[in-house]
Amino acid sequence: MQDNSAIELRGITKRFGKVVANDGISLNIRKGEILSLLGENGSGKTTLMNMLSGIYQPDEGEIYADGKRVTIRSPKDAYSLGIGMIHQHYHLVDVFTAAQNIILGLEDEKMDISKTNEEVKKICDKYGFDINPEMKVYDMSVSQKQTVEIVKVLYRGADILILDEPTAVLTPQETDKLFAVLRNMKADGKAIVIITHKLAEVMAISDNVAVLRKGKYIGTVKTSETNPQKLTDMMVGHAVTLNIDRPKYDNPQPRIEIKGLTCVDAEGITRLDDVSFTANGGEILGVAAIAGSGQKELLECMTGLYPIKSGSIEYITPDSGERKELVGLAPMKIRQLGVGMAFVPEDRLGMGLVGSMGMTNNMMLRSWKNGKSIFFNKKDPEALANRIWNDLEVVTPSTDFPVRRMSGGNIQKVLVGREIASEPNVLLTAYAVRGLDINTSYAIYNLLTEQKMKGVAVIYVGEELDVLLELCDRILVLCGGKVSGIVDARNTTKEEVGFMMTSLGGKEEK
Amino acid sequence: MNTLIALLAAAGSFGTVLMFGTLGEILTEKSGSLNLGVEGIMYMGGAFGLAGAYAYEAAVGVGASNGIVAILFAILASFAVGAIAGLLFSFITVTLRANQNVTGLALTIFGTGVAKFAGEYMRHLVGGFVTLSNPLKEAFSFVPFPQFMRNIPFVGPILFSQPFFFYLAIILAVAMHLFFQKTKTGLYLRAVGESPVTADAAGINMTKYRYVATIIGGGISAVGGMVYVMTTGGCTWNESSLGGIGWLAVALVIFCMWRPLNAIWGAILFGALKIMYLRVLLPFFPTELYKMLPYVVTLIVLVVTSMRNSRDKQPPAALGLNYFREDR
Repeated sequence: MQDNSAIELRGITKRFGKVVANDGISLNIRKGEILSLLGENGSGKTTLMNMLSGIYQPDEGEIYADGKRVTIRSPKDAYSLGIGMIHQHYHLVDVFTAAQNIILGLEDEKMDISKTNEEVKKICDKYGFDINPEMKVYDMSVSQKQTVEIVKVLYRGADILILDEPTAVLTPQETDKLFAVLRNMKADGKAIVIITHKLAEVMAISDNVAVLRKGKYIGTVKTSETNPQKLTDMMVGHAVTLNIDRPKYDNPQPRIEIKGLTCVDAEGITRLDDVSFTANGGEILGVAAIAGSGQKELLECMTGLYPIKSGSIEYITPDSGERKELVGLAPMKIRQLGVGMAFVPEDRLGMGLVGSMGMTNNMMLRSWKNGKSIFFNKKDPEALANRIWNDLEVVTPSTDFPVRRMSGGNIQKVLVGREIASEPNVLLTAYAVRGLDINTSYAIYNLLTEQKMKGVAVIYVGEELDVLLELCDRILVLCGGKVSGIVDARNTTKEEVGFMMTSLGGKEEK
Repeated sequence: MNTLIALLAAAGSFGTVLMFGTLGEILTEKSGSLNLGVEGIMYMGGAFGLAGAYAYEAAVGVGASNGIVAILFAILASFAVGAIAGLLFSFITVTLRANQNVTGLALTIFGTGVAKFAGEYMRHLVGGFVTLSNPLKEAFSFVPFPQFMRNIPFVGPILFSQPFFFYLAIILAVAMHLFFQKTKTGLYLRAVGESPVTADAAGINMTKYRYVATIIGGGISAVGGMVYVMTTGGCTWNESSLGGIGWLAVALVIFCMWRPLNAIWGAILFGALKIMYLRVLLPFFPTELYKMLPYVVTLIVLVVTSMRNSRDKQPPAALGLNYFREDR
C-alpha cells in the first residue's frame, strides 16, 4: 500500500454474544483523502469505527497507526493517536458553553477561557466554521452542535476524523457547508471517514468508498470509477430465496388511505414529507427504508401517537365502506376502530409489555377497560394467554412466568399474538422478526399471512430486503421521509428497492 | 426586633451544621451520585467526632489537653468516617453498579445504627455520660472576633458572634464555588455529573471523579454531624439529637439548586425555620407545623423552578444514573 496510510485495520473481528458484528475486516484509511464507509443498517459500520475511537475492543485483528501496531483501550488512547470521532448522538454537556465543551478532558490545559476562545476562533477561520465559543450548547441548533463536536476533535489535534452519519440531521444547506469544511480539512492533509448510507453524498464528497454488508468487508472502490447502481449492488448483495409462502388474496379492498401526510419533530426537522399511499385489506404492504427515514413516525401517526402537521389518514370500514378520519383521534379511539399495532422497539420490553409480569397480566394490559367491576376479570386474559402459548408454541414454564425472562423470540410472539388476538382490521408491525432465529421468523411470517388471508390490511416495516420481497404484496419505499416509490413485490428486484431506499425517485406503481 | 436578632443568631449555629451537610452533598451530587445516606453519614460523623476528641482528652489527661488539637481530632475522626461511608457508597454504585437510591437509603439505616451503637458503647466504657471537659467545650464554641465587634448592634450578634465553624463553612462554600466555576477539575467534575458519556468520550476518568467527589463529600457532610454534637449538642452524646438533620441537608441541596453560595443563606434560612418554634411562639400553632416549614419551602422552590424551566437551574442531568461504557 502507499505510504500515506494513516490507519490500517487488519482482520478485525468483533462479536456481541453470538452475533458477529464485524467479520475479519481489513481497511486502509489514508491522509488527505475522504473515505466513505457505506452499508445498510446493521452492517457493522459504526461498530468498526467505535473500535478505532476506543469504545469497543476488537476480539481479533490488528490496528496499525502510521505503520506501528497500536492498542486503543479508551477514547483517550484514540485522541493520543490523533483519532477523533464525531458520534451520531453528540457528546456535549448542555449547560456548558462551546469553549467549556471543547476543553473538556484536556490535561495540560489551563483554565483560561479567553485563550481557548482565541484558539477556537483560529480553527474556525482556518477551516471555515462559524461558532460563538461563549454560546451555551442548549441554545444551539443541531448543526451548531455538530460544529462544536468537530472543533472539539480538531482542537485536540486530531488528524483522523470519523463522522458517523453527519448529515442525518442537517438541512441541505447545512450539509453543503459541512462538505465545504470537510474539503478544507482534506486539503490540509487530514484523513476523513464518513459513515453513511446516502449514495448521493458518497458520490459528492468521497474519494474512496468502502462497502460493508452484514459485518463483512465487500471491497473498496474509487468514487470516480463507480456509480450509485454499482454501489447499491455491493451494498445489498444478491437476492437470497427464502421460500416464504405467499398466497394471493382474491379481492383486496382499500382499508387505509393516507394523503399528504407531513409531520415535524420537536427539533423542527421534517420527519414525514407529503406521504401518500393506500393500504389494502388482504394485502401485506411492506415498508422499506433505511433507519430513521420516517417509518417509525409513520406508524405512530397512524396510531395517534405522533403529532401530525398536515394531511389526512382515512380509515375505510370493511363491508359498509364508510370513511373515517383518524387524524385528531385519541389512540384509544383508533384502537377501537380495529387498528392494531405490534411494534418491536429496540428494547423489546420498552414498549408494549411489562417485563416483570407474566403472559396473562400482559394480555390484560390490552383489556383493562373491559368490565365494570372494580375487580379485574382474569378468566378471559388467562384463556387468551393459554391460546397464544399453545398456538404460537411460546416456550415458557407457565403463563405467569415473567416475560422478561423469556427469550427474545418468545417475547415477540407474545407481543404479536396479543395484537392479532384483538382481531384488528389493520395490523401494523415494526421489526417483528428483529433478532429472531429462522424458525421463529417463519412462524411470525405465517401469522401475518394468515391475517392477510382473513382480509386484514397488514403493514410490515422490515429491515431485511429479502424478506420484504418474498413476504409482501407491495412495498412502499421511504427515503428521507418522502415516498420514493411503491413497487409490486412480485415484480421487483432487490437492487431496485435498494436504489430507491438510498435515492429519491423510482417508478410509481399504477 | 430582639426576637429577630436572637432568632438569626441562633439560626447561624444550626445553619453551620446544615451548611457542612449540604456542601458535602452538593459535591457528591455534582458528580452524578445521589447519596441519600447523608442522614447516616452525619449521625456517624457526630458519634465519631465526639469519640475522637474524647479519646484525645482521655489519652493526654484532662489538664494537659489542647483545644486546637482536640478540634483537629474531632474533624479528622468525623471526616474519616464520612469518607469511608462515601467510599462504600461509591464502591456499591459505581463499581458494582447498584441502584443509588436503594444504596443511599441502606447507608442511612446502616450509619444511624453504627452511630447509635458507637455512642452506647462509649457510654458503657465510661460508665455514664460521655462528655468533654469545660475548657474543651469552650474551645469548640470559640468565637474568632473581638468583643467590640460582637457588641455592634444588630450586626454583631448575628455576624460576629458565631462559633468559628460557621466561618469555616462559609469559607468552604466560597472555595467550592470557585472550584466549580474557575478550575479545570471542577469543570470536569460537573461534566461527569451532567453527561458521563461525554466525559468518558473526552477521556475524563469518570470513575475516579465520582469516587473522589463522593468520598470527600461524605467527609464534609460528616463534619456537619460533628459540629452539631460539639456546639448545639453540648459535646455530649444523645442518641436522638441528630435525627432528621441529614434529610434537611438533602432538602437544602435541592433548595439552593446545587449552588454552594446559595447554601450559605439557605442554611441560615433553614436553620431559622427549624428553630423558630423555640423563639417565635404563635398561639394555637403546634410545633410540628413549624418543623415542616423547611420542607414546605423546598417544595415551593421545586415547583417554582420547574415552572420557570430555566436551563441553568436544573439538577445535574445524570444525577442518580449509573454509567457503563459498553452499555448504550
